[in-house]
Amino acid sequence: MALYSEKVMDHFRNPRNVGRIEDADGVGEVGNAKCGDIMKMYLKIENDVVVDVKFETFGCASAVASSSMATELIKGRPLSEVKKLTNKAVAEALDGLPDYKMHCSVLAEEAILSALEDYQKKTGKKI
Amino acid sequence: MNIYADNAATTKMSKKAVSAMMPYFEELYGNPSSLYSAGQRAKEAIEEARETIAGIIGASAREIIFTSGGTESDNQAIMSAAANGKRQGKYHIISDAIEHHAVLHTLKKLEKEGFEVTYVPVHKNGIINVSALEKAIRDDTCLVTVMYANNEIGTVQPIKKISEICRRRGVVFHTDAVQAVGHVPIDVNDLGVDMLSASAHKFHGAKGTGFLYVRRGVRISSFIEGGEQERGRRAGTENVAGIVSMGAALKEVAADIDKNVPRITALRNRLIDGLSEIPHSALNGDREKRLPGNVNFCFEGIEGESLLLLLDDKGISASSGSACASGSLDPSHVLLAIGRVHDVAHGSLRLTLGEDITQKEIAYIIKSVKEAVEYLRGFSPVWNDCVSGKSKFIL
Ligand SMILES: Cc1ncc(COP(=O)(O)O)c(C=O)c1O
Repeated sequence: MALYSEKVMDHFRNPRNVGRIEDADGVGEVGNAKCGDIMKMYLKIENDVVVDVKFETFGCASAVASSSMATELIKGRPLSEVKKLTNKAVAEALDGLPDYKMHCSVLAEEAILSALEDYQKKTGKKI
Repeated sequence: MNIYADNAATTKMSKKAVSAMMPYFEELYGNPSSLYSAGQRAKEAIEEARETIAGIIGASAREIIFTSGGTESDNQAIMSAAANGKRQGKYHIISDAIEHHAVLHTLKKLEKEGFEVTYVPVHKNGIINVSALEKAIRDDTCLVTVMYANNEIGTVQPIKKISEICRRRGVVFHTDAVQAVGHVPIDVNDLGVDMLSASAHKFHGAKGTGFLYVRRGVRISSFIEGGEQERGRRAGTENVAGIVSMGAALKEVAADIDKNVPRITALRNRLIDGLSEIPHSALNGDREKRLPGNVNFCFEGIEGESLLLLLDDKGISASSGSACASGSLDPSHVLLAIGRVHDVAHGSLRLTLGEDITQKEIAYIIKSVKEAVEYLRGFSPVWNDCVSGKSKFIL
């Protein structure tokens, strides 16, 4: 059995939405290098919709794939939906993660929530 | 290109070792303890392998005990020395921080049973602090166990120096030579060690087979109880085919060792030079005092498992000391012991070369690692923070 699903490997090999958004409306960074995973999410928001999203990740293949999948799940979605993103949804969309890698999907959820928080703080808007 | 560069994990069996072992599955399958000829033929094969192995490492046949591998050899050597110590009221053992888990976990068990273990530190180059080791020896020290060569960073310890100290102080000395046997010339008398562990699958023999050398006069107790095999020092029907493969494999590598060591060392140095060109990288372990085929680097700003999978896509099999790669929470204890902080220890890569490595393959590895590291750094927030000056480079 392979370590990861085909989907995980696909998102690891060809990560979607990689990079930075210099004038992002919300930025979230979670994890720490000591533990071996850091995720940073950049959101561009217009009319309560995520019109663009980019990520940077330091971590293992499942961390890269989780970030990539999470960006796909929220791109073009209204904030009311985005704030309900769960790590489970990310893991399921990747056709599952090994148990000891589930924390990577948790980080992806947290990175997005943290970017949303940053957006709320900057704009004073409630989602 | 397909390059297996994880020979410290295990090696491909040699054709000679495979063909030597096959008859003991299909035709000569008798139990070596049986008295009829099919059993006695198997027994002879074991004794022939024992003679071969003993001859290559400068031991006598009676000093070789066959085991199930490096782990069991380490366990038996340490537990036996501890039992001897206990009888004399000696409850102190000396080791170091970069041992294999086969040694470290055995020592942990003994600590729970009331033994005290001193872990002598290693220098930043991964070489043990010999004077600290000498100072640590006490009247109640019953064992010193220090590995010949490290499985991660390849550093080769001053074993001869340590055995001289142990002999002078009357302490039994065991060395885990699992990574060294078959890769560098070894003579137990020249080394002066009392016990030495080895494992067949690290030098092109079968998995699940190893040996423990025990110098004549050193008291050894059995670790696995049962029958009278191995002169009462290791019970259980012998792994005849495995033992035969180990003899054949060691014979084969020993014949070419003088030619292979300088050749592999030169290619290793070329690989080290090539990877050193990657900015903010560092070689782990001493550059000179290391196994011929071992290269181990830390690359700042990336994580090891990702690097391994990218290299796998390029046909290169390698290994990493990152937490993710090993499935544990912490990165390698060896990298931490030589002073690498967690952040960069996660970005480690171990390449261990086989005897058949070529210049062309070395060039391909260098190119592939450079590309993969650069690619991963491209979207690493850790790397980008260093580049933008938000945080400082460690390497
Ligand atoms: C230094 C060292 N000691 C012990 C062992 C364990 O040997 P084995 O796999 O034969 O149990 C290994 C191999 O992983 C090793 O590298």
